[in-house]
Amino acid sequence: MKRVDHVKASREFIADEKHIEFHDKRLWTLRTLRDEAAHGIEEWEQLRSLASGIKEHALTHLADYLEEFERNATNNGVTVHWAKDAEEHNRIVYEILDSHGAKTLVKSKSMLTDECGMREYLEARGVTVVETDLGERIQQLDHQHPAHIVVPAVHKLASDVSRVFSKTLGTDPDNDDVHYLAEAQRDATRPLILNAAAGMTGCNFAVAETGGITVCTNEGNADLSANVPSLHIASIGIEKVIPKLEHLGVFIRMLSRSALGSPITQYTSHFRGPRKGGEMHFVLVDNGRSARLAMDDFWYSLKCIRCGACMNTCPVYRRSSGLSYGGVYSGPIGVVINPTFDLKKYSALPFASTMNGSCTNVCPVKINIHEQIYKWRQIVVEQHDLPFVKTQAMKLAGKVLAEPPLYRAAIKAADTAVAKLPRAFIYNPFNAWGKQREVPDAPEQTFRDWYLKNRNAK
Amino acid sequence: MNSRNAILASLRGAQRTPAMLPDVPMFDAGLPPALEKFKETFASMGGIWADRSMDGDLDAQIRARFPDAKVICSAVPEVAGTRRIAEVRDPHELSDVDVGIVRPRFAVAETGSIWLSEEEYQVNALGYLSQHLVALLDPADIVGNLHHTYHRSDFFSANYAVLMSGPSATADIEGVLIRGAQGIRSLTVIPVARGAG
Repeated sequence: MKRVDHVKASREFIADEKHIEFHDKRLWTLRTLRDEAAHGIEEWEQLRSLASGIKEHALTHLADYLEEFERNATNNGVTVHWAKDAEEHNRIVYEILDSHGAKTLVKSKSMLTDECGMREYLEARGVTVVETDLGERIQQLDHQHPAHIVVPAVHKLASDVSRVFSKTLGTDPDNDDVHYLAEAQRDATRPLILNAAAGMTGCNFAVAETGGITVCTNEGNADLSANVPSLHIASIGIEKVIPKLEHLGVFIRMLSRSALGSPITQYTSHFRGPRKGGEMHFVLVDNGRSARLAMDDFWYSLKCIRCGACMNTCPVYRRSSGLSYGGVYSGPIGVVINPTFDLKKYSALPFASTMNGSCTNVCPVKINIHEQIYKWRQIVVEQHDLPFVKTQAMKLAGKVLAEPPLYRAAIKAADTAVAKLPRAFIYNPFNAWGKQREVPDAPEQTFRDWYLKNRNAK
Repeated sequence: MNSRNAILASLRGAQRTPAMLPDVPMFDAGLPPALEKFKETFASMGGIWADRSMDGDLDAQIRARFPDAKVICSAVPEVAGTRRIAEVRDPHELSDVDVGIVRPRFAVAETGSIWLSEEEYQVNALGYLSQHLVALLDPADIVGNLHHTYHRSDFFSANYAVLMSGPSATADIEGVLIRGAQGIRSLTVIPVARGAG
C-alpha cells in the first residue's frame, strides 16, 4: 500500500480559496450548533460520563452481549451472520442477494460497507448498488470516499454537485440551484427504490436485550430502503452492541446534538424483525475490531458513535478536508482508527493534528482522541517512519527547547523577524505556518521579559 | 473454527478488565409542560402543528391543506380519505399517495418526535412513499423525554418502530436545508383525542 501523504493531498483542496472558506465556515457552524445544543442540557457532562461508562462496560463484555444479541435476533426471526473480515462480509451479502436473484440493492449510509469496499465487490458481480443518502450518492457518482462521516459531500460546493449530476443524472450543467439539484436526485432515486429487490442499512446501535438495531437518518432513506423491498440486510460492526433498550436514551440524546446540534435525527428507526412476508439478515462484522480491543492504548476508539463532532472542531480537518486523509475515516477519529488497519499506509496521519485536544473535549463518549494521536506519533517515530524534513526540524527543536538561553535567543530573533522581514520571506513555501493564514503579530514583550520586569519591580 | 467462534474467542482473548455498568437516571425533575415543549421542538424540526378546524371535519380540513392531492391514504378511522390502508397489499402500491394519515401511539416532548410502528402504519412504507404525512395525536399521549421513551415496552413487541421528528430533510449540499429529501415533504400534526373522531 502506498503511504498517504496528507499534506500533499490537502494542497489540492487548499488551492481553491472558495472551497476552503466555505468548508471551514460550514463545519464551524455545526460545531457552534453542537455547543448550543449541549449547553441547553444541564446534565450534558453527566450524559457523557454515562455514555462512556456504558460503552466501556459493553466492550469489556462484548462476547457475552453479542451472544445475547444473536439469540434475541434469531428468536425475532432474523438470520444472523458473522464475518471476520471485509471479504467475508462482502461474500455473505452477495450470497444473500444472489439467492434472491436481486440485481439492485438500495442502501442507506454505512461507514462499515465503505470500510469493506462492498460497492466495488458487488458491482464486479453484476449487482447495482444505489446509495440513497443525498451526500453519499453525490460521492458515489463522483467515485470518491465520503469526506465526512455525517455530511459526506461537505467539501463540495453546489457548482461541483451540478457538474457531477449533469454528467451522471443529466441535469442542466448551468443550473446549480440547490433545490433543483436535490429534487433531481429525489426523482432519479425513487424509481430505483421502487424497483430494487433488496434494501440495506447500517446500524448505529444494536441492543442486546431486544435483538434489534437502531438506525439514525435525516432523510428517512433507511426507512425507505428497508420498508419498500421485501429483503432487508443490515451490516453491523460488532462494537455497536449496547446492553439494554434504556441505554438508547443516553445515546440518542447525544448523537444528533453532537453531530448537527439538533435534538434528534429526523428519523430514529428501530428494526427488530422482518415484515410480514419479508426477510431480514444481520451481518456482524469484526474486520480488525477484536484485534483493536486487545490494544491497550487504542481500544477506547471502539466507543465511537460516529457523530463527527471531532471532525467539525478540528482546525486541521476543517482546512484540509476529509479526502486528504486518504482513507474511509477522516478527521481526528480517522487519524486514530486508520493506522490500526495499516500503519505503514497511514503513518502520516497522526501528524495531521495541532494537539489542541478539542476533539477529546467534544467527544460524546469521552474518547481520549488527542492522547491516542500522540501515542501513534510515538509508535511511528519508534519505527523510523518520519519524513526527513520533519525529523530534522524535530531534532533542531529538541536541541533549542532543551537549552533555555538558546530558546530565548530564538524567540527574540523570530519576533524581530516577523516584524521586520518582507512578506515573501515569511510566507515562503518552506514555512508551513505561513500557508493560507496570517502569522499573528508577536507580542511586544515576551512572557519572560514581562515576568522579570514585574517580579523585579516588586 | 467458524468465524462466529473465532470472533468470540478473539474478543474473550483480549481480556479487558471488566467495567461496571452505570445506572441511568430518568432526568425528569422539572421537565417543562409536555404539550408546549412538544410544539416548540416539533416546529424546530420542521414539523407543522395545525389545530383542528372549528367544524371538526377532518377530511375537509386535510383537503383544504392539500388541494391538489389525488390520493389520500388513511390508516385511521377518523379520516376516510380516498383509499383505506387495509386495501393495500404491497408497499409498492403506495407510490402514488399524495397524503398519508396515521395516528402515532405516543409522542416525545424533548425531541418533537412521534412514535409509529407496523401496527399504526399497517404498511410501513406509508410513512415514506407518501408525499405528505398527517398525524392525529392525542395531546394526552406525550411523554417528557427520551429516557421515558426507552423505558416503554412497545419496543419489545414492534418489529419496526420509528421516532419521526419532522419531514425528510437534508443539508448535504452547501448546508442548504431541503425538506423532502427522499421521503415526505411535510409532516403535519393535528391534535385529536383518541376515540373522539
